[in-house]
Amino acid sequence: MSIDLTATNAAKIAGALLHERRKAGSPAMGMVLTFIVITDEGDHYDALRAARTVSREHPARVLGVIRRSSRGAANLDAEIKIGEGGSGETVLLRMSGELAKHPESVVLPLLLPDSPVVAWWPGKPPEDPSTDPIGALAQRRITDAATVERGRSRAMLTQATNYAPGNTDLSWTRLTSWRALLAAALDQYPAKITGGEVEAERVNVSADLLVAWLTRRLKVDVSRAVTKGPGITSVSLRTGGGDIVISRPDGVLADFAIPNAPTRPVALKRRETPELLAEELRRLDPDDIYEETVKSLCRLAERTASGTSTKKDASAKAALSAKSTAKKRAAPAKSAAKKTATKSATNKPTAKKTAHKLAATPGSAGS
Amino acid sequence: MLVMDDYSNPLRDPQDRRLPQIAGPCGLVIFGVTGDLSRKKLMPAVYDLANRGLLPPGFSLIGFARRDWANQDFAQIVHDSVKEHSRTPFREEVWNQLAEGFRFVPGDFSDDAAFGQLRGTIEQLDRERGTAGNHAFYLSIPPRFFPDVIGQLKEHGLAENYAQSWRRVVVEKPFGHDLESAQALNAVVSEVFPPESVFRIDHYLGKETVQNILALRFANQMFEPIWNSNYVDHVQITMAEDIGIGGRAGYYDGIGAARDVIQNHLLQLMALIAMEEPVSFDAQSLRLEKQKILRAVRRPARLGLHTARGQYVAGWAGGEKVLGFLDEQDIPRDSRTETFAAIKLNIDTRRWAGVPFYLRHGKRLGRRVTEVAIVFQPAPHLPFTETATEDLGHNALVIRVQPDEGVTVRFGSKVPGTAMEIRDVNMDFAYGGTFVESSPEAYERLILDVLLGDPPLFPQHEEVELSWRILDPIIEFWAANGRPDPYDAGTWGPDSAVEMLARDGRVWRRP
Repeated sequence: MSIDLTATNAAKIAGALLHERRKAGSPAMGMVLTFIVITDEGDHYDALRAARTVSREHPARVLGVIRRSSRGAANLDAEIKIGEGGSGETVLLRMSGELAKHPESVVLPLLLPDSPVVAWWPGKPPEDPSTDPIGALAQRRITDAATVERGRSRAMLTQATNYAPGNTDLSWTRLTSWRALLAAALDQYPAKITGGEVEAERVNVSADLLVAWLTRRLKVDVSRAVTKGPGITSVSLRTGGGDIVISRPDGVLADFAIPNAPTRPVALKRRETPELLAEELRRLDPDDIYEETVKSLCRLAERTASGTSTKKDASAKAALSAKSTAKKRAAPAKSAAKKTATKSATNKPTAKKTAHKLAATPGSAGS
Repeated sequence: MLVMDDYSNPLRDPQDRRLPQIAGPCGLVIFGVTGDLSRKKLMPAVYDLANRGLLPPGFSLIGFARRDWANQDFAQIVHDSVKEHSRTPFREEVWNQLAEGFRFVPGDFSDDAAFGQLRGTIEQLDRERGTAGNHAFYLSIPPRFFPDVIGQLKEHGLAENYAQSWRRVVVEKPFGHDLESAQALNAVVSEVFPPESVFRIDHYLGKETVQNILALRFANQMFEPIWNSNYVDHVQITMAEDIGIGGRAGYYDGIGAARDVIQNHLLQLMALIAMEEPVSFDAQSLRLEKQKILRAVRRPARLGLHTARGQYVAGWAGGEKVLGFLDEQDIPRDSRTETFAAIKLNIDTRRWAGVPFYLRHGKRLGRRVTEVAIVFQPAPHLPFTETATEDLGHNALVIRVQPDEGVTVRFGSKVPGTAMEIRDVNMDFAYGGTFVESSPEAYERLILDVLLGDPPLFPQHEEVELSWRILDPIIEFWAANGRPDPYDAGTWGPDSAVEMLARDGRVWRRP
């Protein structure tokens, strides 16, 4: 069922949705959340399809927002779809003219009463999602730094710097299976880790996050090596008894090696967007581990920026930090202030070793 | 394997709820691997787990059956059944890494040499795949073979828990066919495996369902205050199947509906609905509360008036012409096995005094449905004219277990129009679609629990025995008195079931 409304407004759209529900004979609403997809003409088909796939697990009202040129007269067109390959409702909203600057005015009346709101930017994310007009309506804001065409590492760092509770990035979600395997490795071989290395293609924000996470959790230096990919190709952790190595040269099948045990193959696939989104929607409270990881990412970037970085990781992190300083110069005072707050908050709980290192980099750009 | 005291994995954090628990290195041995259940449910569930990345690296699967197969033949069989029945998409690379760990051991359950070979295979896997001596034995076989298999496991030293490794055993329902046989069965199993290593699975009752019920009851404020005899009139627990006995004649004849489903599934559901709030949600506290309910159950004094049983006869069900039970292949023409059973039980506690629980199960009923309906008392006073509320029934809260998992609330509402007229309406909630469509979820959770050593929410021995204590006298009464009443296939059971409720002034809900 598909309905086109032209030159319309939020009330008419809401009316059409109600009318359709009644006509379908089931006025009860089983939808558990509103899922806003901020997209454009080029990407909206795939993005909305992914959103509808996810709505099978989490029945949702999906609102696709397309902001067209802000020239000309204000206009709103809507395309309503009900019951096509998903559960719940899908509305594609095309805004143009002056309205393109006020998308939240259309979205707000269409939010489901009292249930969670999730915003997803399948393409280039706003610099600070939590203050974005639509992002501010959402309690969960999903960005994807890996889709930015140029300067992905910088995009990730921007997201990290502007972290607010409820933010999350699909680059982080992509890591879950890696992280699960690494945690399982330490379950099986509980040893003190003395160092580590992450190998991945030259630009890979997930790899940067993995380095940040491992550094933060293990409190050791984790270096970053560059390979041809695809994605992350290997992670190794050094222990007194030998290395724990998970390597995935082909992006599909990994070898899992821990000391004193035979090397075993394990499927470690790169997951599709709907799967990643479904994982995101399972929990809607702030992800504390992501928060500590992005803070760790910021710290690492500062460290490289202030020249205390060591050996190997030069290429990736140099690129990352050079751009991050550039961003900081351009950034408004607000974000700098936020950053200082962030830093002082995270200094406390870290272990001696890390704290010591941080103390050695006092004059870094942000503060 | 080295062990450090007080080691806490730095990569794990209770806050990190994305990380799934992955079992340590281990393997699974399936006895009766050629059976229907194993091919349609178990092996696809193993694959689905692997596909979701929840199986440990090096996971191994040993099939044991009386077939002349090589490892490759076995892998081919598993391949085909997985491809046909798996819930998640089939991916070759997942399959390949999984299939590397497949072994097949041919033999009889009484064959010493075969168990010797099994032991050899397990040790070989420990070396080659690093399963580290951790193995679960899944007995997907009729209970009469349990003593043989378990005796053999013991004899060949396959059941011993060493300091650093574990051995576990999974037993399927039915857990015996009466109290005596259940105790005998338990004696066999517990002689070899300690209670915490025995996992009894009731595949009708997935962990997901149990947790949904617990969440509904104990995470909310609005249901618990009325969850007692002050407000509840009675409770109906129904599990209806639209299919007949199919190819299970050999198993079903002599067992019947009460033993097959009421003893385990329906009594478990009843316990979950009736129990008090457990002090915590660990398996032990939960079990304690369920046992208290099962202990407090009282049967009606006159069983003839408050139970009913039936046998389906040929008829039209759901647009298809179907055979009667006595015409099914391999069923004796004079079989007295019931295919429909309904019983009334009371629970002697403060909360439930005077609230009857009606349990029914049958084959070839109107449609496939499992649900629990809590039917409330009528409002003490209705400030409307009698004509206005003529159509008003009892309020009800219905927990739908399958196939459309969710909750329905039934209450009175005004019919639109100028006249004051009140009629019952439904309000529905449905759980997310992905979980509902595919039943193997229950098996995935179970296998995962077994591999992780998570005490499952499935019944332990005490609960099984208590359930038989409730049911045995009813089955004996039936055996001594008459035959099951006939009912047309595709209907909601015999007239005697309707009369049984009519005696109490109640009617069955049409689910």
